[in-house]
Amino acid sequence: MADIRSNFLGIKSPNPYWLASAPPTDKKYNVLRAFEAGWGGVVWKTLGSQVKNVSSRYSAVDFNGGRMMGFNNIELISDRPLDINLKEIAECIKLFPDRAMVVSLMADNDKKSWHELIKKVEDTGAHGLELNFGCPHGMTERGMGAAVGQDPEIACMVVEWVMEAANIPVITKLTPNVHSVVPTGRSVVKAGTNALSLINTIQSVTGIDLDTLVPNPYVAGKSVFGGYCGPAVKPIALKFLTTITQDELTKTVPVSGIGGVSTWKDAVEFMLLGASNVQVCTAVMHHGFRIIEDLCDGLNNWMDEKGFNTLDDFIGKSVDTITHWEDLDINYHHIAKINQDKCIHCGLCYIACEDTSHQSINIQKGNPYNTYTIIDEECVGCNLCQLVCPVDDCITMEEHREAPEYINWIEWQKKGLPLNDH
Amino acid sequence: MIESNKLSEKQYQENFSDIHPPYESSTAAKVDANRCLFCYDAPCMKSCPTSIDVPKFIKQIATENIKGSAKTIFSSNIMGTGCSKVCPVEKLCEGACVYNLLEEEPIPIAKLQRYSTEIAMEKNWKLFERKKSVGKKVAIVGAGPAGLSCAHALSREGIDCTIYEKESKGGGLMTYGIAAYKVTPQFCEDEVNYILSIGGIEIKYNQELGKDITLAQLKKEYDAVYLAIGVGVARQLAIPGEKLEGVVDAISFIYDIRDKGYSSVPVGDKVAVIGMGMTAIDAATQAKRLGAKEVTMLYRRTEDEMPCTKHELDIAMLDGCEVVWLAAPQKIKGSQGKVKQLVCSKMKLGEPDASGRRSPVDTGETFTLDVDMVIKAAGQTPFEKIIKKYKLDNKNGKISINENCATNIKGVFAGGDAVNGGKEVVDAVQAGKDGAFSILKYLGVKN
Ligand SMILES: Cc1cc2nc3c(=O)[nH]c(=O)nc-3n(C[C@H](O)[C@H](O)[C@H](O)COP(=O)(O)OP(=O)(O)OC[C@H]3O[C@@H](n4cnc5c(N)ncnc54)[C@H](O)[C@@H]3O)c2cc1C
Repeated sequence: MADIRSNFLGIKSPNPYWLASAPPTDKKYNVLRAFEAGWGGVVWKTLGSQVKNVSSRYSAVDFNGGRMMGFNNIELISDRPLDINLKEIAECIKLFPDRAMVVSLMADNDKKSWHELIKKVEDTGAHGLELNFGCPHGMTERGMGAAVGQDPEIACMVVEWVMEAANIPVITKLTPNVHSVVPTGRSVVKAGTNALSLINTIQSVTGIDLDTLVPNPYVAGKSVFGGYCGPAVKPIALKFLTTITQDELTKTVPVSGIGGVSTWKDAVEFMLLGASNVQVCTAVMHHGFRIIEDLCDGLNNWMDEKGFNTLDDFIGKSVDTITHWEDLDINYHHIAKINQDKCIHCGLCYIACEDTSHQSINIQKGNPYNTYTIIDEECVGCNLCQLVCPVDDCITMEEHREAPEYINWIEWQKKGLPLNDH
Repeated sequence: MIESNKLSEKQYQENFSDIHPPYESSTAAKVDANRCLFCYDAPCMKSCPTSIDVPKFIKQIATENIKGSAKTIFSSNIMGTGCSKVCPVEKLCEGACVYNLLEEEPIPIAKLQRYSTEIAMEKNWKLFERKKSVGKKVAIVGAGPAGLSCAHALSREGIDCTIYEKESKGGGLMTYGIAAYKVTPQFCEDEVNYILSIGGIEIKYNQELGKDITLAQLKKEYDAVYLAIGVGVARQLAIPGEKLEGVVDAISFIYDIRDKGYSSVPVGDKVAVIGMGMTAIDAATQAKRLGAKEVTMLYRRTEDEMPCTKHELDIAMLDGCEVVWLAAPQKIKGSQGKVKQLVCSKMKLGEPDASGRRSPVDTGETFTLDVDMVIKAAGQTPFEKIIKKYKLDNKNGKISINENCATNIKGVFAGGDAVNGGKEVVDAVQAGKDGAFSILKYLGVKN
């Protein structure tokens, strides 16, 4: 059995799965249930200035019958009294000393408020702090949350205040509502943050009720932009993560990966791109804490199969495989192949290629089943047919290099080689 | 003993409830709709005689465009609701579903089709608009699936249609022949009314061609005539004892169940059903459901040659009907004018016949069954008399038509069971469409 224990800046947890700062980590009741289920740690729902929430608060995007492919909220930070939160944090730590307890913070925008809040939180015995520079709604209007994360200078200033007071590790959570997370990332690393976490939610309108014509979530005939998360945002999160783990400065600190992690596979992908652990929210809001079992089990089995003994054996292993377009090997070529024994004749590959790609699939009409074959000379190897095929391993991409040697775009141009494929 | 009222009202209701219940909720329909792969040049569509665009109507359920979905179905098959209940889908659309090739359950196409079209009927959506009258009149004989489908297609193009129907209700064998657990009389009536709601179609009931009206009259008064008279009486067995009390014809037996009500239809204790087509299955299962103790189905050939589908045979078997293969009725014995025994020849399979199926050969051995009722379901015979009377070219009573659905008499077209000798409702619907298309060409309304 592989060892899936995690050590993030000295904050230890039995597995790399933390619950992200959100409703699931809002109070002792939930957190104890999560720990009992086996979660490695939690980031307590953001503490800070007093707020009031509205009703309703969530909305979702369903896809082809699947619910909550994307999830959206307009909730603010914790609306419970600070002293109750602090008391419950201390109790949870006492009951589950082996789990990670990180507390998310968003103080009013002055040094004194931050210092007071940090002091109080540290007194609970918490293991770390996460600075909420990400919340895209409600708090930004008060110059907090994403308003801080979107401005590298303000972010730098706040982190400096925090570092003056903090005695435990500090993680800065970044907002994706910027063209690049790197400037803020660099700025807070310079200011001394011990780690980064990303991404927070993405501003969104999830959909409009076609009867009332008001978007969701509905609050008395109005709505607001919410924070989008869930499986739909994972690819975007992975991209932002990579920009941080590839940057010379930001890659010097550990990163906690967030954004649509629902399965052990998602977690592995975040870690392969350099996250030291992951945080989960939407998946538990959809299915409850019990999903931790497969998150651990699947990770364990995969590590065993691949021969990785510890998380560090694979964290970051894929970071260097993402390169610049102009470095790609132009002589690499592959062609689709349809396995006729597996083909169920649905024709999806054909119509996709015919209507939207390179007309590289031949159709031989039959009754009721047509036969589809690849026209090798026409196939540019785009993968579309393989992507739309509903049968596993029915369409495979077979390597047919144009030439044995590597050549990139710059060299190609220099040699004046031909440009158009078709 | 042959008697009616064998069961309690509650038992009848249970026995004759819908064998394929509809979806309970829109969510349930969407779960199945979302499983559909949306195949291109879809095998299901190609396997539907009316070429319903199945992937399209299913996608429309998934996108909650139910009106669009119903219109997609009805555009190809105006009896789309009825067909969703009576089509042998396991050998048509669902049988061709690509999921079968993955050894997975096919998409429940019929159930989804029923979902959209029943909503359309319930809400009485007007999905088709009749074009302005073009001043042409067509007479249609027979208000069965072929006749109705032809009339609807013609009316859409602005033709004024009059249907002459010998019975007092429309729907043809849909109304008079198909088992009660598939469609109810009320449904059949609703379906006919929904089809007629386009306007421009008048049905004259209790008007029989050859009795109340003549072909010459119709030809004179109308610009074209479409014959959709179906097939007639059950084929006679031509064996001794056929006149005994307790020998009944499957179609009238089935119709009585529909028409008179379950408790009024007499059924024996030990029933023999002769034949292995859809009619035989319907007769056997319904005899059982009416309270017969033993039902034995007899067929001259084997399971490999049977005309019904495996699915239908399973329904009968699950109802507890027995099957004896390779058995041909030889004579029916009785006493005091009532059926007592059925003597059968044991058969074996010989050389393939014209249909390509191996034909049964008498072995000379016989066996005897004690029975008190014999239901004849060995196919139906065409209305030969009237067809010959009007000198319509025919093959054993099946009206001959050319590629334009035209008979040998100018301006007279035909289709449905009357031409094909008896297939499914869906084939008759397609025949009606084809007929309408040809008539429109003939009248110069479309080319
Ligand atoms: C017992 C039984 C069960 C069946 N089960 C199924 C099933 O489950 N699924 C399926 O798809 N198909 C089934 N069928 C077949 C299906 O019912 C027929 O294929 C279909 O009804 C044929 O349509 P049609 O319009 O050609 O003929 P019909 O439905 O027979 O309609 C002909 C119409 O013409 C009328 N008519 C006849 N002669 C005259 C005349 N001289 N003047 C005026 N009117 C006349 C008749 O009264 C009738 O209304 C079954 C058939 C039978 C007998």
